[in-house]
Amino acid sequence: MKLKKKIPLIDQHDKFGFWGGKFGGNFIPETLKKPIEDLTKEFEKLRKDQKFIKKRDFYFKNFIGSPTSFIKLENLSNYLGGAQIWAKVVSEANGGAHKIYNATVHALICKAMGKKYIIGDTGAGYAGKMLSMAAKKFGLKCKIFMGAKDIKRQKPNCDAMRKNGAEIVPVYSGSQTLVDAVSECMRYWVSNCDNTHMCVGSTVGPNIFVKICGWSTAQISRELKAQLKEKFKKVPKKLKLINCVGGGSSAYGFWSEFIDYDKKHIELIGVEAGGPKKSLLHAAPLSRNAKIGILHGAASYVCQNNEGQIHETESISAGLDYPGVSPIHCFLKDTKRARYTYATDEEALTAYQLVTKFEKLNPSLEPSHAFAETIKIAPKLSKNTILIVNSCGDAKKDRDILKERLGKN
Amino acid sequence: MKKNSLINQSFQNAKNEKRPALLTYTVAGDFTKKKSLEILKSISNYADICELGFPHNTPIADGGQIQTSAYRAIKNGVKINDVFSIVSNFKKSKKNKPIILMGYYNMVYQYNENKFILKCKKAKVDGLIIVDLPYPENKKFASKCKRNNINFIQLISPTTSKSRLTKIVNDSHDMIYYISMLSTTGGKLKVSAKEIIKQYQKIKNHNKSKNVVIGFGITEKTIESLKKADGLVVGSAICKEITRSIKKRQNAVTNVINLVKKLKNKIK
Ligand SMILES: Cc1ncc(COP(=O)(O)O)c(C=O)c1O
Repeated sequence: MKLKKKIPLIDQHDKFGFWGGKFGGNFIPETLKKPIEDLTKEFEKLRKDQKFIKKRDFYFKNFIGSPTSFIKLENLSNYLGGAQIWAKVVSEANGGAHKIYNATVHALICKAMGKKYIIGDTGAGYAGKMLSMAAKKFGLKCKIFMGAKDIKRQKPNCDAMRKNGAEIVPVYSGSQTLVDAVSECMRYWVSNCDNTHMCVGSTVGPNIFVKICGWSTAQISRELKAQLKEKFKKVPKKLKLINCVGGGSSAYGFWSEFIDYDKKHIELIGVEAGGPKKSLLHAAPLSRNAKIGILHGAASYVCQNNEGQIHETESISAGLDYPGVSPIHCFLKDTKRARYTYATDEEALTAYQLVTKFEKLNPSLEPSHAFAETIKIAPKLSKNTILIVNSCGDAKKDRDILKERLGKN
Repeated sequence: MKKNSLINQSFQNAKNEKRPALLTYTVAGDFTKKKSLEILKSISNYADICELGFPHNTPIADGGQIQTSAYRAIKNGVKINDVFSIVSNFKKSKKNKPIILMGYYNMVYQYNENKFILKCKKAKVDGLIIVDLPYPENKKFASKCKRNNINFIQLISPTTSKSRLTKIVNDSHDMIYYISMLSTTGGKLKVSAKEIIKQYQKIKNHNKSKNVVIGFGITEKTIESLKKADGLVVGSAICKEITRSIKKRQNAVTNVINLVKKLKNKIK
């Protein structure tokens, strides 16, 4: 298994849609073969169309607000000693997280295909909120599938979805979280694929959804590359890019421009959700060595039992609370290009407290997992090591959880 | 594959009686291992072919009724090997009744493809439907099944393109499953019987010798209108009856037998 250079990772799959010969693919019911084939053709056409690229860049700039800023966390760096800590503040993007890139591109594709209805899944509520924003912007009718447990714990984002005119469909099956929302969204698409476009909220699902999402979030690393050259004149010699991983869309978007670099030069670190410290449940298939399985139309490392039943997961972060992970991260793991680890709920909360104490930054619980790892390694590293965290979400949505766990508003 | 498989024979028997074959679908282990075998045995007195589902907890192509049955079975501790032992036990007294196992690919994958097929062979499974392993991804697995005298059943849907349809029919074994409409299992029939039969006929026209069954949305109310088909599959309506019986504290086995009898009478 080997990575190729100069070819975007999203395109390094075989004709059946597998990365590294075994991750990804299209494990889908017959009914979805045609809509997926249509979508694939459309996307391959659009991404080569200069007019479409111009349109995308226009909305990225004027609707999303690209570029998001790249800042040094001076106080946190000084406090911890060791490496310099920087943040790419992707939470500045319209809506408050990276999910807006994928949502905007899907809405543009939906329009191009002449469909009037768009559906999507959501865990933390960001993917849903952003899709509802994009749908409103482009005049599409929008339905969001969300686990009943997540509807309760991410209320601010649900309020936003409703305000944008989207319908939230609560999902009561299974663990009532993201995994069930994605299943229900796919079921709805099976029944309505003739007039409805489906957006998958992360780099997961059948092959084409991994590609569209990765192609969209890749904007983050294009911006970062330019910003690095601006601040440091060139890409620094010792660089580590640290990102939380749920499905893996923000991590892929943060890393895509840097995958060709040697890992001794630029290390890629993915941080999964370890769940509560004393719990056996987690949502960390990569770092806790889950076996390969099939979930939501793709093969990836999946938390499951040896009979192939998908495990329930547990994490304080709804956005990371998912038993599977992107096939492209499985590929990055097996080729050893990226390193994956996890942070527990408690570590993420502590990291949140430390970051907000020292910096004018309010990272949601997802990027707080990435900060937890950063805080762990920074003191052991030299001053000329640059750690960059993708602060990909804003903590407004976590208001209730933070209040309950930390007694803070 | 043997020329005259049990599946082929069952369709032939139904044809001799000038009616479509009746195929039932129940979930293995719903609502207990014992009861599920009991249900299977008793409905097989009226059904021509019995489909038995592997319960899976992330079934992306199943609607509420079958999900409920599957969750119930998993909660009752049903394992893959239990499914095989239900089949073996069934075949002890009903050796001429074809059994088709139906499930999602992850179960086969975790069990190991070769081991899974061997186990099917031992238990005398007649056919397999893997919902999320479409053509052409299923080519290798389908031919492995064929070599072991197990029918791999291809699915065709209203969205299947013409060129794809030709290839799928050419690659199919004794039976093809036509999905009546864009829906998960258990949806309400939203397409006219006439339109469904028209699509069905397109498949038949490719190869008259293939047995084509229609499934999804078939209930007591709709079954008669599709009588022209080689076979008709009823699943969610049966699962729903089990759920209803449990809720009402009635005998699920008797209720399901009565439902299947009624279904059979409608197509006689
Ligand atoms: C702010 C934020 N970060 C991260 C994630 C995890 O998803 P992904 O790994 O695809 O970036 C989510 C998902 O909802 C999110 O809302």
